[in-house]
Order: sequence, then C-alpha cells, then structure tokens
Amino acid sequence: MTESSLIQTTVQNIATALKNKPGALLPILHAVQDTLGYIPEESVPTIAKTLNLSRAEVHGVISFYHYFRDSKPGKQIIHLCRAESCQAMGGKHLEAHVKNRLGIDFHETTSDGQYSLEPVYCLGNCACSPAIQIGTDVYGRVSADSFDAIINEKKELA
Amino acid sequence: MSVTLYVPCDSSAISLGADRIATTILNEAKKRNITIKLIRNGSRGLFWLEPLVEVDTPEGRKAYGPVQLSDISSLFDANFIQGGEHPLFLGLIEELDYLKKQQRLTFARIGKTDPISLDDYLNHEGFKGLKNALNQSQADIVKTVTDSGLRGRGGAAFPTGIKWNTVLNTPSEQKYIICNADEGDSGTFSDRMVMEGDPFVLIEGMTIAGIAVGATQGYIYLRVEYPHAHKALDTAIEKAYQAGYLGNNILGSGKTFHLEVRLGAGAYICGEETSLMESLEGKRGLVRFKPPLPAISGLFGKPTVVNNVISLASVPVILDKGGDFYRDFGMGRSRGTLPLQLAGNIKHTGLVEVAFGVTLRELLYDFGGGSASGRPIKAVQVGGPLGAYLPESQFDTPLDYEAFAANWTVLGHGGVVAFDDTANMAELARYNMEFCAIESCGKCTPCRIGSTRGYEVIDTIMAGQDLEKNIPLLRDLCNTLLNGSLCALGGMTPYPVLSALNHFPKDFGIDDNADAA
Repeated sequence: MTESSLIQTTVQNIATALKNKPGALLPILHAVQDTLGYIPEESVPTIAKTLNLSRAEVHGVISFYHYFRDSKPGKQIIHLCRAESCQAMGGKHLEAHVKNRLGIDFHETTSDGQYSLEPVYCLGNCACSPAIQIGTDVYGRVSADSFDAIINEKKELA
Repeated sequence: MSVTLYVPCDSSAISLGADRIATTILNEAKKRNITIKLIRNGSRGLFWLEPLVEVDTPEGRKAYGPVQLSDISSLFDANFIQGGEHPLFLGLIEELDYLKKQQRLTFARIGKTDPISLDDYLNHEGFKGLKNALNQSQADIVKTVTDSGLRGRGGAAFPTGIKWNTVLNTPSEQKYIICNADEGDSGTFSDRMVMEGDPFVLIEGMTIAGIAVGATQGYIYLRVEYPHAHKALDTAIEKAYQAGYLGNNILGSGKTFHLEVRLGAGAYICGEETSLMESLEGKRGLVRFKPPLPAISGLFGKPTVVNNVISLASVPVILDKGGDFYRDFGMGRSRGTLPLQLAGNIKHTGLVEVAFGVTLRELLYDFGGGSASGRPIKAVQVGGPLGAYLPESQFDTPLDYEAFAANWTVLGHGGVVAFDDTANMAELARYNMEFCAIESCGKCTPCRIGSTRGYEVIDTIMAGQDLEKNIPLLRDLCNTLLNGSLCALGGMTPYPVLSALNHFPKDFGIDDNADAA
C-alpha cells in the first residue's frame, strides 16, 4: 500500500468507528493525530464526508486548536511552558537555552528530525517551575544543565 | 513482616523523578531480601519535599524527602522502612505544620490513598454523599448544595446551588452535566491533583449533580496537557461502572448516569463554558452570546450544568456532612474552603486548602516561607493569567471573593504566583496581552485586535517612545477590552496589564506621580 492510501484507510477506519459519538469531530481528530502523529491535509475530505460536514468546517476546527498539527512533527515534541509561574523561575533563560541547544525556534523541527519545539501555556506543574514536557513525560525545576542531561540521556537510549 | 511504603503518582512528583524512585526502592528491597508493599498514592501537595516517600509505622506514616536516587541506599541503611533516623527524615507526615494548619475538606483523602483503588475510596468516607443523595428528593439535594454556600471554584464564583436549581426546573428530555477540567489558568493545578489523586470524588460529585438535576449524561472536558489525569479518570470510571456506581441502575436505585472523558486540544478559551460546549459539539471553540444561559440551553441546546472540578469534588463532602457543616467554614459570602496553589518564586510551593479569610501575606510567608530566591517578593498574581498583580501593600487582603473584588483583584481558581524583585512588570504586562492575542477565539473585535495592538503599544512604551501619548493610549485600549469584550478573556486581560501599570509605573519608564491619566 502506498503511504497515501495507508493514510486514507487509517483515517476512514477511525472516522467510521467514532462517527456516531455526539460531537464526534474532536475525538476523531485526536485519534488520527495519536495514530499518525499529525492530521494530514488529505484526511480532511474523508473526515468531512463521513461526518456530513464541509471540508471548510473540518479545516476550521483543525486550525483553531493549537494542539492539532497538519505537518509531521519530529520524533519527539518538546513543549516548553511560557506562562507566568515558569517566568518567575527563570523560564525565559531556559527558553533561550533550549532554542540555542536545539538550533530551532518555536514551531520548528530539528534538521535531524528528532525534536519539534512548541510553546505551551501551563502544564499544571507550577509548583515545580520551570517545566517542560517531552512526549508525555513532564519534567519539573528544569535548568539549562538538567535539560542537557535529559537530552543526552535520550540520545544514549536512542 | 511486610512494610508498606508510599511514593506519589502525581505528575508533579513524577516530573521530579518519583517513578524512578519507586522502581529503585523496589529493586533495592529485592536486593536486600526485604519484602515491601509499595503504593503509588496521590501527592500531599508539599511539592518542595517531592519526591516524598512515606512509610507506615505503628505511630503513623513517617515521611522522607525530597528523596533523590542517590539517597535510596542510605535510606535502607538507616532502616527507613521502620522509620529510622536519616538526614531526609521529616517526622510524622500529618504533624507537619504545612498540613496541620490546613482545613482539607475537598482534599481530605488526597495523598493518603491509592487514587484508583475503589476499596481505599470506600474506606475513607467515599460514596457516602452519593448514598445520602439517593435517599433524598432532587429538590432537597439542590437545597443542601445551596445551603452550603458553595460558589463556582473555576473562578466566576457563581452560586452552585442556584445554577443547579435552574437546570432542575427547566423541563427537558435530555440534560447534561459537564465538568470543566480545562484547567488552563497558569499557576493552578488543584484540578489536576484531584483528578490524579482522587478521581472517584469527581465521579461521585458529578453523579450527585446528575441525580439532583435529572441529567443522565456527564462529560469531563479535560485538557490534553494532563495525560496522567486522563489515565486515572478512565481507570476510575471503568471501576465505578463495574461496581455499579455509574450506569443504568446506580446502586440499585433505578437512577441512570453515564460519564465520559473528552479531550480538549490546547485552546485556553475552551475553559470558558460556552466555548467549551462548542468544542464538545465538535466545533471551533467560539464563545457564545449569553443569554441563553447554559443552564437553560447549553450542550446540544439542552439544559446543562457546567461546573469546575473543585466545585464538583466538593459536593460529596457536602452531601455527606451537610450544607451547614461546609458553610461553617469561611467568611462573609465566601463559604467553605478554597484549595490555593502556591507557585512561582516561592520556597514552599504546594497545595494549601484553607477556609476563606486567611490573608495573602499568611499564605505567602507562613505557608510559603517567602520567595525561593531569597529576594523580596515584588508582586503576586492571583487568579491565573487574567488576575491582577498585587503589590506588597495589598498582601493583607483576606482571601474572600468580595474583599478581592473591592481591590479590583480576583481570587479566580486560587492560583497564587509570586515574583521576586527581578521581575519586570512591563514585560509581564506585555506577555499578558500577547497571551490574549494567541488564545483569543476571534469572535469579538476588542479581544481579537485589541490584544495585538496591546502588546504593540507596550513594546513602544518599553522602548521609551512618546510615553505621554502611549500610556493614555494603553489605558484607553484596556478600557475598550474591559467593556467591549464578549467574555472574560478580553474582558479581564486589562486586570494584570493595568495593575502592573498602576502599581509598578517605574517598570514602564514613568515616575510614580507622573502618570495621572
């Protein structure tokens, strides 16, 4: 199967399985992103047709929510908290360090395809600021040094 | 003899290494041929001591913390499993001042129990409120909640009983209970702690709400940033179904209530109740006009109760012990307790549940121990990203909805974020406008465009350009946002911005007295 038809089959299966849920669009989009890592543009017509919505409506929902992405991310997504509590504990220095270390800005992916960097506005880890999330793992009281240690350890494990 | 140890499964504890601590303790015990039982409890909320390890002893649970991987061998050497002396030894957990000075009603169980153990929940007063509710009329349940004086803990502080009463008295074939678990306010984490540390209490509170108003379907709208809470809720919901606490015939009463978790997708605005309902319906999270109130025409156009996690999690204790019991805590029109979250530049960060009436200063210094950096606390933002910054001169304000409102400040969801004197309040004000621009749903012009113009004008102010023109311009813009926005996002962003400007004019490059505008 080509990659494109694999995507179509995956999306169609998800949409068919969930279409009868009340307010099914967000659960479908979550399932697609969980499975494929992003929501490919070509999945929009399939989802729209299954839910009897216009493509514009589906596109509108995808583009409204920060969490949904229409491009392939790096192997791991780093969410870095920009909110007040993290700022109070040196979050801006950490942000500068992370961008420098990875060589990318927010919404970008490293050239080796390893990491994407996204801002997040609170991880609910405010008692242990500053905080970042890598994949689903949250890290608290992160310093420049401890960030490097986390990244180095992940490199060794890879 | 087997010993019981506790290592929290709370995501903040995990963010500091609790998972590795748990694994290493188990391995070390095996190596030493010691039989232990390790329970992953919720967090007590003393986050500067996390990862906090507790051991069961005949005198009570003794605590050690903050435990690092390198400490584990020496803890075993010190016979910590029987409460032995060690530099990390903290004493009996319940005797620690930070906990002893609190009045934990909503958080009564959290930290003590295994969050996803139904037996633990039942052994610690769980489902007593629901059992009482099943023996009462719907109107009596609503009356008990009204009598308790409980007000919405999400931030708006609307009386919960009145909301429920409206839904009860609006006839409809289908009604809904929505739990707003989109805890987007920065500096807050009490919802997360409840969902991770005691998910059954939320299930019980929502079930009581459903029975009270005649709703058979509940949704927990959970932010996607909380994967641990998601897992805990899904596990607890499944167990509740199996044991007959959810479903078509709750505890044989013939009453029906179904519950499902739905995930948000990283939009702050979806914490606003009408935007949340749009999102649940599968749409862009655009704010709706009110009226109609959600209590009359809410989710899918049906009467809907939308309550915050803490509001719903406070309901079981109210139904168990009575409205009077809860109302006896607090001051003025702020009844009961508020779980406050100490965050930012604070030495002893954590969860502090106390009756209303404690002052901000007591919270910051008696509980919080002052700043983490050791420098003076310059400002405190209370109530999330839409809450005002309070300068030192306002630290004696008691925690009470009305006392805060009188200062043009808000208590909100109880988040308290402290900044030391290195903070630049103009930069923070700029951030608040930028945040509003990023998170605006775009429906109303003041919020959508005003927020962008807002950080632009703060940029020019920070560059020192035309202050006599730009400061009044910023104030005028804030006035438009305050009065012209559809919801609290645009309507309250001026709170942090103007409070920063009013209390810390020097950070904006102006003398204390020069800005009379």
